[in-house]
Amino acid sequence: MDVPAPTPIGEPLVMIRGVSKVYTRGRERLEVLHGVDLDIPAGDFLALMGPSGSGKSTLLNMIAGLDVPSAGTLHVAGQRIDRLSETALARWRAANVGFVFQFYNLLPALSAQRNVELPLLLTRLSAARRRRNAAIALRLVGLADRAGHKPAELSGGQQQRVAIARAIVSDPTLLVCDEPTGDLDRHSAEEVLALLQRLNREHGKTMIMVTHDPKAAEFAKRVLHLDKGVLVEASEAPASGP
Amino acid sequence: MKYLPLVLAGLLRKKPRTLLTLLSVAAAFALFGMLDAVRVAFTAPETATGIDRLIVSSRLSLTQTLPSSYLARIASVPGVAGVAHADWFGGIYQDPKNFFPNIAVSDNYLTLHPEYELPPAQQQAFLKTRTGAIVGAALAERFGWRLGDKIPLQGALYPNKDGTDRWLLDLVGIYRVGDAQLRGLERQLLFRYAYFDEGRTLGEGTVGWFTVRVADPRQADRVAQAIDRQFANSAFETTARSERDFQRSFAQQIGDIGLIVTAIMAAVFFTLLLLTGNTMAQAIRERIPELAVLKTIGFSNRAVLLLVMAESVTLLVLGGLAGLVMARLALPVISEATSGQLDVVMATRSWLLGGVLMVAIGLIVGLPPALKAMRLRIVDALAGR
Ligand SMILES: Nc1ncnc2c1ncn2[C@@H]1O[C@H](COP(=O)(O)OP(=O)(O)O)[C@@H](O)[C@H]1O
Ligand SMILES: [Mg+2]
Repeated sequence: MDVPAPTPIGEPLVMIRGVSKVYTRGRERLEVLHGVDLDIPAGDFLALMGPSGSGKSTLLNMIAGLDVPSAGTLHVAGQRIDRLSETALARWRAANVGFVFQFYNLLPALSAQRNVELPLLLTRLSAARRRRNAAIALRLVGLADRAGHKPAELSGGQQQRVAIARAIVSDPTLLVCDEPTGDLDRHSAEEVLALLQRLNREHGKTMIMVTHDPKAAEFAKRVLHLDKGVLVEASEAPASGP
Repeated sequence: MKYLPLVLAGLLRKKPRTLLTLLSVAAAFALFGMLDAVRVAFTAPETATGIDRLIVSSRLSLTQTLPSSYLARIASVPGVAGVAHADWFGGIYQDPKNFFPNIAVSDNYLTLHPEYELPPAQQQAFLKTRTGAIVGAALAERFGWRLGDKIPLQGALYPNKDGTDRWLLDLVGIYRVGDAQLRGLERQLLFRYAYFDEGRTLGEGTVGWFTVRVADPRQADRVAQAIDRQFANSAFETTARSERDFQRSFAQQIGDIGLIVTAIMAAVFFTLLLLTGNTMAQAIRERIPELAVLKTIGFSNRAVLLLVMAESVTLLVLGGLAGLVMARLALPVISEATSGQLDVVMATRSWLLGGVLMVAIGLIVGLPPALKAMRLRIVDALAGR
């Protein structure tokens, strides 16, 4: 899981061109994204910031293949994903994307180990391989000793680290995180951010993180701001933790 | 199979609720198992056995006897292929509570009743032993009898000529009844009419009823009328009926149990449908974020649909099987409590029908929440919309 996904030379891992998203509720027409252009190279750690309701989650969801744009094109790892069917997108996500959410979203009845194994159920791996890979992922996030614990028996920070293990266990091309520290105290948040940074630096994982916390954004290599559906400013953040 | 932990995780998420639901499913199916056994017990067996047989009894009442001299006259009626006869002995074994039918039969009784499956050697022994008796396997098991045992019966209706009311029988055969619908016959004791008739002090030379085999079942009604005509206006008039009619009229006396049972079960399962339907709907509603996560990770719509359906079917099958096992364990107790008079057993049919009902109810109950889960839009569910 140390090898970054192969991408055609000269082409960014994620290529977004003229992407718009329009929601219609009854007669009301709400344009959430206005022709967004964005390139994300392999190995990047991008933080998406912006006020609430600016369209951060909407953009992230489209990059992750959870939603499709109203207009524009979306290429990830050389594949165009904005025209895929729901079924095809599901298969594409299983192979290419790892997800980390604000509220961890672990299955409460399953142990940490079983939660991490979930994405592997969609692969052809044997039960023994699945168990082994999940154990490796748990060790990577520093929770090997909690494999048998249920989510309720773990702290918020630990649950989020289990969620990260689940996101990386199938070795995805891309890791997307929507407010991964939004529900954590400062200390746990820093642990989680440091872990994400390490996955990016040492394991070459391409990382896109939505956050409204400037301290969290400091862990990224690059910060972009969304305002009312437009990318307004790009700044190179100092690539260092506190 | 690898999805099994996921299905179980769904069920184990709220253990008390799952347990309560399992209990109500089990209770419904326990009721089903017992009532279906009662229904089977009271339904005239629709078995091919006996369609070629008539029962000839006194027109006056079932307890009135007929002269044994009728045997030859019945045998001479055209279309009659064989005649046997039997008497209700009504003997008591040790204690009146130990009730079981015991019947004195003619030597050719087993020839006319092939449903009694007795090894040839034991058949020979029965015909050679004056005091010989044969019992069904269920009865032998109930009292722990073995071949060679002596069985004393107290002749409650018939005192013995030796001055006592003791009739000592020798157990020479144990028969089985293969036809599940006639299994109740395994709770009988048969012994020889010859021993009975020479020992009794009243009613000598009479028999309780005749069993007639007709050469052509399609002619059964015609033969029955011919037999009754033969004895019309005599001192002992007869009623000849097909064995099936005989059983049917018996069942109808008790009322249409089948209909009542079906009505009760319909009400029970309807309630179960509402109850488990509500539980499943609630369980899925609470798990929308989890299901959204599964879809996010890449589980297809179909996989999510099947997962919820599997959960619902598993719930019904686990509870249902527990219920049927409870019924299976309770039925012998009921049988014993009624001294085998209410001979209720779980027929294979009840297990099969029960299984079909479990899966069907599971699918019906699981479909609405499964469709809801399948149609879930990930981004909305994740945002709590
Ligand atoms: N399915 C939807 N239907 C209607 N409006 C939506 C839907 N999804 C998002 N929106 C709207 O789009 C805007 C941007 O949402 P979102 O991308 O979640 O913002 P952010 O993550 O930056 O807070 C919000 O005003 C939100 O209400
Ligand atoms: Mg958001």
